[in-house]
This record gives sequence, C-alpha cells and structure tokens, in this order.
Amino acid sequence: MRTTDIAIVGGGPAGLCAAIAASRAGAKVTLIDDSDRLGGQLVKQTHKFFGSKRHYCGTRGMDIATLLEKELRALPAEILPATSVVGLYGGKVLALADRERLAKLDFKCLIVATGAAENGLLFENNDLPGVYGAGAVQTLMNVYGVKPGTRVLMVGSGNIGLIVSYQLIQAGIDVAAVVEALPRIGGYHVHAAKLARLGVPILTSHTVLTAIGKEEVEGAVICRVDQSFKPIARTTQKLKVDTICLAVGLTPLSELLWQSGCKMVCVPELGGHVAWHNENMQTSLCHVYLAGDVSGIEEASTAMLEGRVAGAHAAMQVLGPSPDAERVLTESQTELCAIRKGPFGDKAACGKARLAECAPARA
Amino acid sequence: MRARTSRPKAEGRRTKDKALGRRIKHHPILAFEARGPVGFYFEGRAMEGRQGETIAAALAANGVRLFRHAEKSGRPRGFFCAVGKCASCLMVVDGQPNTMVCTEPLREGVKVERQRGRGKLPKDRPAK
Repeated sequence: MRTTDIAIVGGGPAGLCAAIAASRAGAKVTLIDDSDRLGGQLVKQTHKFFGSKRHYCGTRGMDIATLLEKELRALPAEILPATSVVGLYGGKVLALADRERLAKLDFKCLIVATGAAENGLLFENNDLPGVYGAGAVQTLMNVYGVKPGTRVLMVGSGNIGLIVSYQLIQAGIDVAAVVEALPRIGGYHVHAAKLARLGVPILTSHTVLTAIGKEEVEGAVICRVDQSFKPIARTTQKLKVDTICLAVGLTPLSELLWQSGCKMVCVPELGGHVAWHNENMQTSLCHVYLAGDVSGIEEASTAMLEGRVAGAHAAMQVLGPSPDAERVLTESQTELCAIRKGPFGDKAACGKARLAECAPARA
Repeated sequence: MRARTSRPKAEGRRTKDKALGRRIKHHPILAFEARGPVGFYFEGRAMEGRQGETIAAALAANGVRLFRHAEKSGRPRGFFCAVGKCASCLMVVDGQPNTMVCTEPLREGVKVERQRGRGKLPKDRPAK
C-alpha cells in the first residue's frame, strides 16, 4: 500500500496552498484531485482579485492557479490528478479511484479541501435543461469557450452572480436581468456598478417563479417578493431568455468529513453543515484537517490562507515543531483575522465565532 | 480591462440550434486557441467538437442541451454543475450508461446517446 505523511484531497486554492506549506515544512505530501487540471474553480475565474499584494491582488484567478501549481511542482510533493477519493476507511486509509483502477493510500494526517457544490433553487421547472449553476456557466464559457445560451436571467446578486453576469457580457451574451430576493444587492458595489453601466437591470426584492419551456428553457417568469420572500400577486413579468443561471450560494462538500466521524455542526453563516474546527483548521479528530470552502463558504483568498494554516500545522504534527512552519501558521492566522474584519468578512467571522462556542471535549 | 459592450441582439436568432451552439469568437481577456477538431456522434448524427474539451462542452457547442430523460418522470434534463458533482448529465457513451459527460473527455468517434431512465448495461462487456 502507498503511504504518505499528509494526504490532501482537492487541488483548488486551499489544497494547493496546504500542499505547498506542508511540503515546504518537509512533510511527504500527496495531493489528490478529481480533475485533470489543478487549480479547482480558480481556472475559470477571469476576474482580478482584490486585497493586498500578498493575496494576489490584481491577478486573475486563473493565473493564480498557474502560479500556485508552479510553486508546488518545484517541491517534492506527489500529485495525483484525475483521481477521486471514494472513501475513508479504518480511520487512516483513503480509497482512490482513477479512470482505470482503485488504490489505497495510507496517511498520517488528512487535509480535506474539497470545496463546495452549487445550491439549487426551488421554482417551477427548475430541472429544465438551460437552468445552470453559475459555476457551470463559468466553466462552459471561460474554460471551453462555449456560449451557454444567448440571453440569460441571473438569479442572485452576490459576487458570483454579479461577476458571472459581467463575464457573460464579455463573452458576447445578453443578460436580461439579475434578480435578487433580498431588498439589497449582495455583492461588492464595484461589480454591480459595472453591470449597471452596461444597462443590466438588477432587480432587488425579485425572484424567479417559473422556467418556461417544454424540452429546454425558453423563457422565465419573475416577480416581486415581500419582506418574507413571498411572491406579490400581479407583479409577475415574462422574460424572453434561453438560460437561467443560479448564483444562490454554495454548500460545503463534507462527505469525507462526515465519514471520518469528526464532529459536524450546522452553521448557516458558513453554508450549512461543516466539520467543527479550531484556529489551526483541525477538526475534533487531531489527524483530520480541513481548509477552504468546505470549512465554510468564503472566497479564494481566505481558502489559500486556511490551506497554509492547515498545511503548516499538519506538518508540525507529523515532524515536530519547526520555527519556519510556526511562522507560516501565525502569519496566515493573523491575515485571516484581518480579512474577516473587513466589511464583507462579517458573515464568515460570525460563523467561525459560532464554532468556538461549541468546541468539543478533546479526548 | 474593457468589456465588450455590443449586445448580441444584433446577431439575431437564426435556428434555435445555431443560436445556442456557438463558440465565443472574441473575448477581451481570453484567447481560445483553435484546437484540432474531434468528430463524434450524437444520436447517430455526426458532430464536431474540439480537442481537450468534455463531451458536455462539445454538445453545448453544437446546441444540444437535452442530455437525458429522468428516471421516474421522464422529464428532460441537461447538465447543471459542469464539474462532476450533481450527476444531472448522465448519458450513454459508447454503450456505457450513466457516464457523467460534464467531466468525460471527448474522444474521436465516440458515440453519445441520450439516456432514458437508468439506462441498460451493455450485454457483452469485455472482460478486463
């Protein structure tokens, strides 16, 4: 059986940074990703990041993926692309499946950086072809250069909804409107302003009621909603669209963590059920760590920092104390705090604080 | 970064397939290198995709959005997540049902069919 010090599941921003930090600290690292290409969802992010230089501000997501992969490939880490982790057995064995065969991997520490899956939304005909997740639309147009449709209704005005709407227009696709159930726009003002300048209506207190069409989306019915998100009668309007894009949040992909038996808690601010974890990204099981969206929905910049925290801490657990790893750990923790003190870090900070209130009794 | 502000309305809607099945020609940020063509079949019809893309991307580029009919209701389904998480895109690929085409690489000559219900396993599976 294959063995490794630290097995990392997921090669997105969190997993890549965890692998870099752990490998730098001298641990034997195995990074597993189900895609052929590392970078996770960064590979389809054509927008430039905000924040400080240290957090790759001004760099496009897809270029950050390339930079991180290059950094990792210069280190002696083992990378297993196109491989899925299909189970966690006996506590410290992972079952791996690539396109050809199954294999086992024995590890000392596990870092789960599996990210999140897109949420659906309840409305009539929400299963029609042409109702796509925002990430799917991004993959189709930014990775493969294929237009998902000709005229799109965007549901959700968080940063993903706003950014993807803008990217649709960049790709030459019409955005009929952005609807938002809340009475205010969810994402950054700069993104909303760009759309407004291009004449895209952003309709707050609105939602989608129905997807029109028999075999695929041919239109949409939207309406106003009241403060408790109930549709208001006689406010419906029909939109001629062929695609409905849902940007209504994400849910952590926690299957492996559930299977590990670590303590799970439901924290709405973090996107649902997450594994309880401390400031070192360690779960209630000492050898199981997590980083990135699976620990609570945030963004790539915090995912990268959480990855560094988990990687550095796990490496010290395997190899013993190291001043360099300690420095990476504390620096990343400080930066995480700083980001979450920002105007849009409230929700995550609040969610993480909730975790502290329900700390498990350590065996 | 400059946005393309011309609206696609001017391009008009020709037939439904043509209007949907288009590749991005001009983009302010991305350059899509012209990759070699890959011939494949969808429901017996010859179609062309590009090297390095998934079956789902190739179908989308050909204007195909209906991938399967749901098991119980028979309702039409297409892909939803495009990253291999939701299993909405299961199709029959070279006789193999339940293939997640949003992550399955496109290969030359591959036969892709819509799946009805759970699909049937090929009768004579080659022993490996």
